[in-house]
Amino acid sequence: MLHYIGKRLLHLIPVLLGMTFLVFLIIRAIPGDPAQVILGQQATADAIAALRLKLGLDNPWYVQYFDYLKGIFTGNLGDSLRTRQPIASEIWPYLAATFELALFAMIIAVIIGVNAGIISAWFQNSWFDYMAMIIALIGVSMPIFWLGLMEQWAFSIQLGWLPTSGREEVRDPVTAITHFYLIDTLLHGRFDQFVDVIKHLILPGIALATIPTAIIARMTRASMLEVMRSDFVRTARAKGQKMFVVVYKHALKNALIPVLTVVGLQTGMLLGGAILTETIFSWPGIGRYIYEAIGFRDYPVIQSGILIVAFLFVMINLIVDILYTVIDSRIKYN
Amino acid sequence: MKKGKVYSLSLVMLLMMALFLAACGADDGDTSTADPSTDSSATNTESDTTDNSSSSTPQVLVFGRGADSVSLDPGTVTDGESFKVTQNLFETLLNFGEQDTTINPGLAKEWEVSEDGLTYTFQLQEGVTFHDGTDFNAEAVIKNVNRWKGGKEEDFYYFNSMFKAEGEDIIKDVTAEGDHTVVFTLSRPQAPFLKNLAMSPFGIASPTAFEAAGDSFGDQPVGTGPFKFVDWKRNDSITIEKFAEYWQEGLPKLDKVIFRSIPDNSARLNELMAGSIDLADGINPSDGKTVEGNSELQLIERPSMNIGYLGLTNTRAPFDNKLVRQAVNYAIDKQAIVDAFFEGRAEVAANPMPSSISGYNDAISPYPYDPEKAKALLAEAGYDGKEIELWAMPVPRPYMPDGAKVAEVIQKNLEDVGIPSKIVTFEWATYLEKAKNGEADAFMLGWTGDNGDADNFIYTLLDKDNIGSNNYAYYSNDEVHELLIKAQSETDENVRNDLYKKAQEIIHEDAPWVPLAHSTPLLAAKAGVQDFKPHPTGSDKLTNVSMK
Repeated sequence: MLHYIGKRLLHLIPVLLGMTFLVFLIIRAIPGDPAQVILGQQATADAIAALRLKLGLDNPWYVQYFDYLKGIFTGNLGDSLRTRQPIASEIWPYLAATFELALFAMIIAVIIGVNAGIISAWFQNSWFDYMAMIIALIGVSMPIFWLGLMEQWAFSIQLGWLPTSGREEVRDPVTAITHFYLIDTLLHGRFDQFVDVIKHLILPGIALATIPTAIIARMTRASMLEVMRSDFVRTARAKGQKMFVVVYKHALKNALIPVLTVVGLQTGMLLGGAILTETIFSWPGIGRYIYEAIGFRDYPVIQSGILIVAFLFVMINLIVDILYTVIDSRIKYN
Repeated sequence: MKKGKVYSLSLVMLLMMALFLAACGADDGDTSTADPSTDSSATNTESDTTDNSSSSTPQVLVFGRGADSVSLDPGTVTDGESFKVTQNLFETLLNFGEQDTTINPGLAKEWEVSEDGLTYTFQLQEGVTFHDGTDFNAEAVIKNVNRWKGGKEEDFYYFNSMFKAEGEDIIKDVTAEGDHTVVFTLSRPQAPFLKNLAMSPFGIASPTAFEAAGDSFGDQPVGTGPFKFVDWKRNDSITIEKFAEYWQEGLPKLDKVIFRSIPDNSARLNELMAGSIDLADGINPSDGKTVEGNSELQLIERPSMNIGYLGLTNTRAPFDNKLVRQAVNYAIDKQAIVDAFFEGRAEVAANPMPSSISGYNDAISPYPYDPEKAKALLAEAGYDGKEIELWAMPVPRPYMPDGAKVAEVIQKNLEDVGIPSKIVTFEWATYLEKAKNGEADAFMLGWTGDNGDADNFIYTLLDKDNIGSNNYAYYSNDEVHELLIKAQSETDENVRNDLYKKAQEIIHEDAPWVPLAHSTPLLAAKAGVQDFKPHPTGSDKLTNVSMK
């Protein structure tokens, strides 16, 4: 097992290297000069030339690329061109914000998605099945932008139950330690703030969970239907086992592998692709950080941001692969 | 064993679910008010809270805006969102008027100009201290100016663009005469010198602080302003609080201001309606009516100091022909655009700068909407009917709230007079880069003034010196150039205004653009926000604001 994990981690190197190279080339192929964007519309040609020189933008691309790689291998992710801060110190609060939201959303998605899928499969062709699958279809095709604004309108403006956006009540801010606010508030012993942070998570969490919930529900249903037709389920039923036990104990475990794969992929997507949710809900996360960096042609932030997101994506998939062996002991990696 | 795992997993899920539901049901009572009890390490220790407006409303303002600041060192930044905050942390030697760009005392209470326009003597306010306790005096001013002068051009961008001409420093020397008098000696007269000094980038910083902090001064700014810096959560919020030893008695009225970045315009309005922010910048013109119809809110207009225009690249066919450019000016129904997309909250533009600016030529009126005249001019110009590219702005700006829709109207107007066009658009940085390279035929763009001076509009946008920079239209006219250069060092206000008026006449005739509109940007606030006076430059002082 350790051998397998080691091998997978080694495989990471060419994947990430290839990715840095691609990202590096693509962002330099798009027009737009970082020096110009940083200095703004008012800038003079002299100022731009001076800044380009300072930022090393006049070096040939391969020199810039190897400088960048050299930095990464020495643990230096570079400095943001715009804020002039080291990315390594700047990026953590954004990552933590995204992590917290993505995990919250995935918990919602897994609880609702898996259960809806199971019940739909159990009562195939019932009204619940039809309703759940129609809702899932709406869910996968829902524009998040619209959903987010509607949520704000209904639950925040009309009903006043939940805060509209942001991570915290700014009039009583959380003092960041780990930047995971759920943990930080507990470390400070501020349970009232903890509840407040949860309230702030709910609306963006639901918006972000919509698509994964729908995908998980459909995948669980399909996978369960297949398993429910297999012999061991019939045997279990014939032995007189309760249907609930058959479904949740025997069938679910066998149906879980493809579901787990989808959960892993979706978690990875949420980490990097939550830009819309983060924008609507003013969430200071990594998606918006990278997106804004593209607008400013902040090359180091784009490169290092994407590198970290890609790294996490690959790691999550590795964890999923390892989890397979936990769920199904027939799967062995040698 | 495995059974146990499945069960404990479901138990955890159940607990999470319970927590989730509990959170939904909890009421607001215990969370919304600040609770200074439990936590000593919290940053919000407000000991100096002196309630000056007998009411019990907390004097805290949450200001929602579109983006975060880049840095809080005013000398080094160029973006409006940074100045919005630094304007309240720092003060300049001179101030703009409350809602205009007239010159008023600031950290300097009086000033004198020598007859040749080369020596400026400022008497400084006494008894002013920086937030870190450093005294504000002549030496502090000199250290600030030397910091700007000695810094690299790319670091102190605004200083170099305002106080440098042809590579030469306009501020030759700054000296102290006693503790509270500074003398600026210029190398050449500069008409807008005082206006330039009043701009936000020239806020005076504590020398002790910037010498100690070096490059990280932007994260720990120290000025003399009514508020001092508390905390910055990037892309999220910036908190500043009342400076108890502020030199102006009884000010500021607010105890605390929190700037929140809320990128989406609709979400920002939602926040305001839900009551979690008190003031919102960047309200869409189309949402103006919603705000006006809500008795708990007030709509606030920012005085206009901008221009939205359709640039016609003067070096590209068919716009290298003046007659074609004039024809396009006749062809476009500017009033219809203002009515439909600015909801009437804009004025049709006649000149490249708004009428509030000294030197505006009000004898010029906009080209009337006259398709027949346009057709005649096109025929006279021998226009071949070749399709042009019409560039639509990809981002909303106060001077152009909806580029794509305005482009459609312009396309229709052009088609009516026989100019076929194709609408194209690019991501914003790409758009600017390509337009600057002269790759556009006709493109939308605009400008918001920095200091309310005519030079900052006409010279910046239309002088041949600025081709490859802000003269995106590649307009070049030597006569205009001569007038504008002369005006830069002309210190007699009337003579100077005449030079600009003449330049506007020539520009009107040459028609390098179609000037479209001067818009009135909108903000919205809770009804209880009092005395908020938005400034035309976009950098608002919150010294007098209070909450009722």
